[in-house]
Amino acid sequence: MQETPNTPAHPQRPGQRHAGDAVATWCRDKLARYIFMAVAFSATVSLLLIALFILKEGVPFIVKVGFKDFLFASEWNPAAGKFGIYPMIIASLWVTLGAMLIGAPLGVAGAIFLTQFVPRSVMRIIKPMIELLAGIPSVLYGFMGVMVLAPFIRNHFGGPGLSLLAASIILGIMVLPTVISISVDTINAVPRTYLEGALALGATRWQSVHMVILKAARSGIIASVILAMGRAVGETMAVIMVAGNAVKIPHSALDSVRTLTANIALEMGYATGLHRQALFATGVVLFVVVMILNSLAMAAMKRKTGS
Amino acid sequence: MRVSPKITQAMAVILLGLATLLTVVVLVLIIAFVLKRGVPEISWEFLSTKPKEMGKAGGILPTVVGTVLLPLIAIVIALPMGVGTAVYLSEYTRENRITKIIRFGTDCLAGIPSIIFGLFGYIFFVTMLGMGWSMLSGGLTLAIMILPTIIRTSEEAIRSVPQAYREVSCSLAATSWETVYKVVLPNALPGIMTGVMLGIGRSIGETAAVIFTAGSSLMMPHSLNDSVRTMSVHFYLLAREGISNEKAYATAAVLVFAVLFVNLAAYWMMNRFIAKRSR
Amino acid sequence: MKQVIFALVCGGAIALSSGCGKQRIAVTAAGSTAFQPFAEKLAEQFMAEHSDIAVTIQGGGSALGVQAALSGAAQIGMADLVKLPPEAQALTSVVVARDGIAVVVNNANPAKDLTMEQIRDIFSGKISNWKQLGGADHGITVVSREAGSGTRSSFEQIVKDVVLTKDAIIQDSNGTIRETVIMDENAIGYLSHGLLNEKLKAVTVHGTACTTEEVVAGRYPIVRPVYLLTKGAPTGACKAFIDYVCSDEGQKTIKESGLIPAK
Repeated sequence: MQETPNTPAHPQRPGQRHAGDAVATWCRDKLARYIFMAVAFSATVSLLLIALFILKEGVPFIVKVGFKDFLFASEWNPAAGKFGIYPMIIASLWVTLGAMLIGAPLGVAGAIFLTQFVPRSVMRIIKPMIELLAGIPSVLYGFMGVMVLAPFIRNHFGGPGLSLLAASIILGIMVLPTVISISVDTINAVPRTYLEGALALGATRWQSVHMVILKAARSGIIASVILAMGRAVGETMAVIMVAGNAVKIPHSALDSVRTLTANIALEMGYATGLHRQALFATGVVLFVVVMILNSLAMAAMKRKTGS
Repeated sequence: MRVSPKITQAMAVILLGLATLLTVVVLVLIIAFVLKRGVPEISWEFLSTKPKEMGKAGGILPTVVGTVLLPLIAIVIALPMGVGTAVYLSEYTRENRITKIIRFGTDCLAGIPSIIFGLFGYIFFVTMLGMGWSMLSGGLTLAIMILPTIIRTSEEAIRSVPQAYREVSCSLAATSWETVYKVVLPNALPGIMTGVMLGIGRSIGETAAVIFTAGSSLMMPHSLNDSVRTMSVHFYLLAREGISNEKAYATAAVLVFAVLFVNLAAYWMMNRFIAKRSR
Repeated sequence: MKQVIFALVCGGAIALSSGCGKQRIAVTAAGSTAFQPFAEKLAEQFMAEHSDIAVTIQGGGSALGVQAALSGAAQIGMADLVKLPPEAQALTSVVVARDGIAVVVNNANPAKDLTMEQIRDIFSGKISNWKQLGGADHGITVVSREAGSGTRSSFEQIVKDVVLTKDAIIQDSNGTIRETVIMDENAIGYLSHGLLNEKLKAVTVHGTACTTEEVVAGRYPIVRPVYLLTKGAPTGACKAFIDYVCSDEGQKTIKESGLIPAK
């Protein structure tokens, strides 16, 4: 019998790896692993670099000036050596709270409605629209707040118009796309079998949504609210334009306030020496605030899914 | 007396619908406001000529270029780093203290105000490293700013890929790398794209950080070392200095279209990618 | 398809980083945001005549201008302060323009003339209602710049060292102050005289209006100089630009743009 010249010495079955292939694949895999590790490492290092930089500039200041004269003092007058940021801490907290009171419920409600009670064709138009709004620059919201919202507040509610209320509303609107986008993605990622199972058990659509799907999507929705909260706390330009920036503790939503971020932005270009360190220290405070927020959120998530 | 589930559902749908309607109406009104004031001013000349008289006349070409290049530089740096980190955290490591700390740190850094990044960028890139006010300083700063967001959303997306997919892949003798490349990432792509869109959106809209690092030059950039002005910065400076409200709104309108274009392009790319994979 | 895009991006990046277009000498001027628009115009005209020099103007405020000149981040610092801070003593300074600061109120506001004492009392909060000045019974909304602004420190120094009331609204630029005053009937603020327009009203101070003639004649009291600062005597491209700003042509541009020439 004649052997065909091209018959390989070891006939291969489909899917079986040749020995040489296996080595190459193993190398590629190890290489991929190390590349990913290096990338993760460098990303972590960059982020660490920033954190350390801010701490290096800010912490010595807090140590020097002391908690009481920094966090709990009400007078901010750098030229006279007074660095009390208490009014600004209060302002930041209230502005963020107000923004989330508007943005979170509307955003989550919108996400639920859009994913569960709206046909996919409509969704395909609305979702891009909402993501479009995530790209609108904050200065535009700020400018519109100045031109439209502040006069409205001034004429109908009193006060200068540039106020805590204006800032909360504008920020609330600004975080809506973030909350909606991520919540929609999270809810859509819940396996369809969950919904089908609930419906098969006789639940109405709404019952399936709030008893099953939402519970499954909870961690992602909370993540979206946290990211949005982080964005609200850190928003600078829009707040500078509509909040009024007066350094005083607000007694009503119509008062002008200055948030921590606004304070930094307004003075950063001019500050040197101790003043600049004070602004970095403000950054440290913001860092701590965000850390506290995140811890609370993580704890809440753990408690609910713990049982 | 228990309320019938059907009534509860009707109430819920109405409430949710109203909330969504309110959201959509407000957001649409904002865009309509900008477009109504801005579109009449837009012309081919506006888009393709350089500004004159500090922006009171002429066009916005250099700012268009800046708005394209800065986020591009930021994404080119942040996307591989962000997705790579997310992949490493979810696929190659077990859930331990370190990954929890990294995740926590990432969440925190997502919350640091942009102005602090701007300040860091100014002091570190512009002054200490001597890069000056440049696209490089601006791009690097923006990259660091959006990195946490990309890591977080990529991680969420990767984790939401059902474990079953990975198990099937394993049972077909795929290595971790092949599982990641061929199974996990394609399925996590929509979620990752959300993070990228948010990152690009943030970069395009960022003003304070950009002014401090990329500067606000009105000239056409010729190299990565040149200062450049983005459209957001241009809008901000025109509007706040009261130079020209008409040109400001026009710039804002162009910005809206630019963001729209970016989003549509991303969707198109993603759909093509998904279509190719399912062939 | 993806490869094509990737290649384009890489190619673009390489092209940009190698610098297409001829090399030009770079001069950066940074500082006063009030002077920035005028500096940009001057730079535009300067570069039309000197195509081998690229002048970039950055903002950031008068104090940043001083810092940038000191640290070398910019070759020229722009500062519009009545009195230069102590650290600026080490820099060489040239006055290139003068700028009057107008005290402005809403068009609907009947106030026409104020004395320096009244201005001081309003901005310090002692006078807090328009009726105390003969106007309607409305609270006064004081609008000011942020603490480090050159405009503000000049204003406060000239208006008898006024200490701003804590209730004052703070805005971050002349333009925003102008918009605020235009829209709020009860507002009062101050801004660069080059930015006045018919939508708001500048009060006369002790009977003197804030116009170019009055400032040049020295009768209008709230005026500050605009300095260009360099580390040591300016040389080369830097010197060329500063000379241009001080030349007849540059000063003519300054006058036509709304500022007041140095002489």
